[in-house]
Amino acid sequence: MQHFPEELMYTITHEWAYKDEEKNIVTVGITDYAQEKLGEIVFVELPEVGLKIAAGDEVCVLESVKSAADVFSPLSGKIVAINEDLEDSPGLINSDPYQDGWLYKLELKDQVEYDELLDVHGYREHLAEEAEE
Amino acid sequence: MTNQTILYPLHQEAHATFVDFAGWHMPLHYGSQIEEHLAVRKDAGMFDVSHMGVIDISGAQSKDLLLKVMANDINKLIKPGKALYTCMLNQGGGVLDDLIVYFLQPGLYRLVVNAACREKDFAWLQQQARDYNVNLVLHEKDLAIIAVQGPNAVVKFSQILANDIAEQVKALKKFTSLQYNNWQIARTGYTGEDGVEIILPYTDAVACWQNLLQQGISPIGLGARDTLRLEAGFNLYGNDMDEITTPLESNLAWTVAMEPANRDFIGRAALEAQLKTGLQRQLFAVQAADKAILRHGQIIYVADHQVGVVTSGSYSPSLQRGIGFMRVALPQNKDYFVDIRGVKHRLLMRNK
Repeated sequence: MQHFPEELMYTITHEWAYKDEEKNIVTVGITDYAQEKLGEIVFVELPEVGLKIAAGDEVCVLESVKSAADVFSPLSGKIVAINEDLEDSPGLINSDPYQDGWLYKLELKDQVEYDELLDVHGYREHLAEEAEE
Repeated sequence: MTNQTILYPLHQEAHATFVDFAGWHMPLHYGSQIEEHLAVRKDAGMFDVSHMGVIDISGAQSKDLLLKVMANDINKLIKPGKALYTCMLNQGGGVLDDLIVYFLQPGLYRLVVNAACREKDFAWLQQQARDYNVNLVLHEKDLAIIAVQGPNAVVKFSQILANDIAEQVKALKKFTSLQYNNWQIARTGYTGEDGVEIILPYTDAVACWQNLLQQGISPIGLGARDTLRLEAGFNLYGNDMDEITTPLESNLAWTVAMEPANRDFIGRAALEAQLKTGLQRQLFAVQAADKAILRHGQIIYVADHQVGVVTSGSYSPSLQRGIGFMRVALPQNKDYFVDIRGVKHRLLMRNK
């Protein structure tokens, strides 16, 4: 059963974002739906820390046994951290997509962009629409 | 209309993720493709490959027909039970299909062909057979094929058989088969491991699969079948060779019997011409030197020159590296690179 935490924000391309209330830092990953669809991830290409990115940029590549998939940044900002554990354990994205399987953290440029992401209800509706197509 | 095999409900029960393959709804994996791959390498696994085509050829001239249409020499099949891997070629020497011919008994041969080619192969054979006294039958959903593969496959499979037949199966030599009631049991496979392929009536297939499950044999999907064959260095029809490539440029010269020189098989003249002018390109098994995953269609470079493409590629669970096949221009070079998203990654040759 796929799981979508209430406190996260989502994109129609199946990334999630979570903003720390205290700081202006957002953690980004892919959803449970995305990891299941991709299959077992065996190699991850992450961006460099310090890179400035715009919302919609291709920032990561996830290689599964099946195929390669781009990750589009949900938000604009500057990369401040990447999940280095994924180098040796890319399967963390499959086993724990919302915690240990996070991809990168960015310093948020524009709060409005964050607020305009889908909440969990919006994302679930989007998944239902995709399933119908 | 998508086809399903007789075992489809069992795959559903086992929570398989399905994939459409050559018009068939087949299990891709049952949870973890990597674990399935490793189960076959370390223990035993089983595949439902009932989507593959089975064509029986009988009649006084069945051998003559096969001598004509197959690039390998059917006369190598001296005793009933022997099997032969071969390509079937068009006049231009292009590969129509690769398949196994089983010599069942004098005047009776069985072909096991790729799922995507079954109708094409059958039509081609019918056309070639017009002047031969033969009878061709394409089996339509009456036979299942279960491949049991892995170092423990034969022992575990034998446990579901009666004692006398179990001993005969254990004693089967590679690339031979035996018939037991309506089952054909062959010591063949597509994984690089020991094992058997069982061709059996639909009516027996479900019970057989369930008995094998009880022996602790894991079901394996087509995903792991692909990574297993890549590691073993086996070509995949449609990717690594097709109607516009010859076996000679597909690393399959070993399956082409140019001797005896008077066997005039279809495609022979084209292959002879190709040998005379010299091969322009060849297929090689390769692996990535770093963490790069090879995929079908990626471009191969020597320095700044494009010299070929990746024909098949994936991740090897055993090597934990990207592996695949490339077809490149000859003469062979030492330093090949694959372009992945604008970055060139070094390739190493695999001895397959």
